[in-house]
Amino acid sequence: MTPIQPEWTSTEHSMGTSIMAVAFDGGVVMGADSRTTTGSYIANRVSDKITPMHDKIYCCRSGSAADTQIISDYVRHYLSMHAIELSEEPDVATAAKIFRTFCYYNKGQLMAGIIVAGYDDKKGGQVFTIPLGGALVQQPFAIGGSGSSYIYGFCDSNYKEGMTKEECITFVKNALSLAMARDGSSGGVIRLVIIDKSGSSREFHPGNKLPEFWQG
Amino acid sequence: MASIGTGYDLSSTIFSPDGRVFQIEYATKAVENSGTCMGIRCKDGVLLAVEKTIISKMLVPGSLRRAHIVDKHASLVVCGLISDGRVIVDRAREECENYLDFYGRPIPGAILADRLAHFVHLYTLHWSVRPFGCAILLGVHNGEKQGAQLYMIEPSGVSYRYFACAYGKGKQAARTELEKLSLNDKQASPQISCEQAVKDLAKIVVSVHDDSKDKEYEIEMIWVRDGKPAAMVPRDVVQKVHDEAKREAEADSDMEDE
Amino acid sequence: MEKVIYVNETDAQRKPLLPSASSSVMSGLRLTAGVPLKDRDDSVLASAAGAPVKHTSRPIVTGSSVIAMRCKDGVVMATDTLASYGSLARFRQISRLYKATDHCVIGGGGDMSDFFELCETVRKETTLEYCYDDGHMITASAIHQMLARIMYNRRNKMDPYWNYMLVAGWQHGKPVLGYVDLVGSHFVSEVIATGYGEYLGLPLLRKAYREDITVEEGKKVLQQILTVLFYRDARTIDRIQIACVTEKGVEISEPTKLETEWSYKAFISGARASDVSTW
Repeated sequence: MTPIQPEWTSTEHSMGTSIMAVAFDGGVVMGADSRTTTGSYIANRVSDKITPMHDKIYCCRSGSAADTQIISDYVRHYLSMHAIELSEEPDVATAAKIFRTFCYYNKGQLMAGIIVAGYDDKKGGQVFTIPLGGALVQQPFAIGGSGSSYIYGFCDSNYKEGMTKEECITFVKNALSLAMARDGSSGGVIRLVIIDKSGSSREFHPGNKLPEFWQG
Repeated sequence: MASIGTGYDLSSTIFSPDGRVFQIEYATKAVENSGTCMGIRCKDGVLLAVEKTIISKMLVPGSLRRAHIVDKHASLVVCGLISDGRVIVDRAREECENYLDFYGRPIPGAILADRLAHFVHLYTLHWSVRPFGCAILLGVHNGEKQGAQLYMIEPSGVSYRYFACAYGKGKQAARTELEKLSLNDKQASPQISCEQAVKDLAKIVVSVHDDSKDKEYEIEMIWVRDGKPAAMVPRDVVQKVHDEAKREAEADSDMEDE
Repeated sequence: MEKVIYVNETDAQRKPLLPSASSSVMSGLRLTAGVPLKDRDDSVLASAAGAPVKHTSRPIVTGSSVIAMRCKDGVVMATDTLASYGSLARFRQISRLYKATDHCVIGGGGDMSDFFELCETVRKETTLEYCYDDGHMITASAIHQMLARIMYNRRNKMDPYWNYMLVAGWQHGKPVLGYVDLVGSHFVSEVIATGYGEYLGLPLLRKAYREDITVEEGKKVLQQILTVLFYRDARTIDRIQIACVTEKGVEISEPTKLETEWSYKAFISGARASDVSTW
């Protein structure tokens, strides 16, 4: 081992990330940046960190790419079996509970911060956060990843109860742009997933067409 | 062996030449000797009742339970061997807990019935065990949208969902009586309330019980109603309804005598 | 060549992704209710087999103090509603009070994921008690003792539940208040405080305590102490919840805002040029 060696040869892929999800009356808006880094090398500039768990349940992943991929694969498997057995759409809370089970019981081995969000007929749009240790917390909106620390103030001052879908989309876009502008580990494009009773849709906002704020 | 056709009833792993598994049928006999068990799906819940034979006057009333709470939303009664039933009760509780633990929601009736049926069926396949000498009536409430459901699991491991069902000594008569109740409307929605069903089931127990032949008994009832956790129907309520049913039955027979 | 065979070599080194759930989720083909090897025992077996001892993870999402007082007519217990993430005030609307039974409340500090897990464990036990339907419900001191056993058991596996908990209850016409922590220490007392509360709150609790103090008085004392903790504990916020267990049952208040005072004259005037030192 030569001591001088590019860090990306030995570091694992991680998603120093900006992710978030906001519930509105009848659904949720989820958003994420697209940067995956190996140390400070951008291994992927267009990654998709918003991963489908079921028709109307998605998750935003942050932390180790490998860890979060395998967990979400497992959860998707269990959730699809569950939906078949139930012959109806699964609850968002169920998806979140399965995630937390994996994250909690393997907390020593995992680097995973996950936001689970979606829609079910029983409780409408819901957002759950599962931070590092595997606690499970429901919130009206959630932010996560390394970029989130830069936007707590923005989110606390701009989040309003009872926002419409469009207002939520603007809120998410602005918040993520601010996070990506300050966090070196976040960047690229903004991907959005909007979920409501009728299903899910995606939005794509390229890195050169993001909302801009104070540039100094 | 004395003749052809014998010797096929010693193990549940051997079919008889005409395709029957005698051990399972014998298990069914054990159930048919038991006090009558009944269940009704009602518009505001599900009610289960059992005619419990008192095996000794020195027993404290209420002992040797046949009706069990399995979870906050599920209950069952055991028809047949009480001790065999307890194994299934344990298993049912385990299934409820595991499901809630993993999926974060109470186990639906259909899945619980299915899993218990699997469990019971397993005991009809292996040489080292015998089938369960009991049937299970299962009452589960699945929340506002789906309402309450009633299932019966038999020693063979089959399970069906019912509007109303009966098993045990008086099953034939009880089933006839249950059919007479106007349980459902044309859309198959339940019509009877749990309160009403308590009276109906008490009457049926009285009518199928043969005082001259059968031993003394007490009635145990358990229900899961809308928005309420599974619970035994209070003993004084059952007692009152039971006494009334007996009085009515006596009055009827007096009239017939005249 | 001699081959050394370790006890349970492969089992011990394999850590299933999903613990006991994998055997219990799927129904059916298991004849007996045999107890499967609990996965937490893996670390013990692994170390017996010569593997390095795994160190426990640190608490991540944490709650701060829990304080409580046993009164004449019940027990009062209070917490703030914060779950921190390091120094970040991450979840500000979390309840750290859990109603275990109609006459028992558990308050928890330390790692919140562990606390939720412990609450689930207690919930399973109380559900089972409900199922037995024999006219008895598990008492607060039984829950206290159960938690102590669970905590001690886990610390012996070098993998503690990272919590400090208080258990309050009303049983046999008397109030009870107990403490349990991550190493399994446990005791009962008339006044208890955990975390920063142990340093800043306990003296105040002791001062306020009387044998005939009522829960109404107790609530006010707790509120004052939480205000002090808010001033001096950097992992506390000014939103609190107070639980009260009396003969009538458990009552947990909605989250309420603490009233604080910042307008002392010296505070307002701030530093002056004539001061001998900086503030």
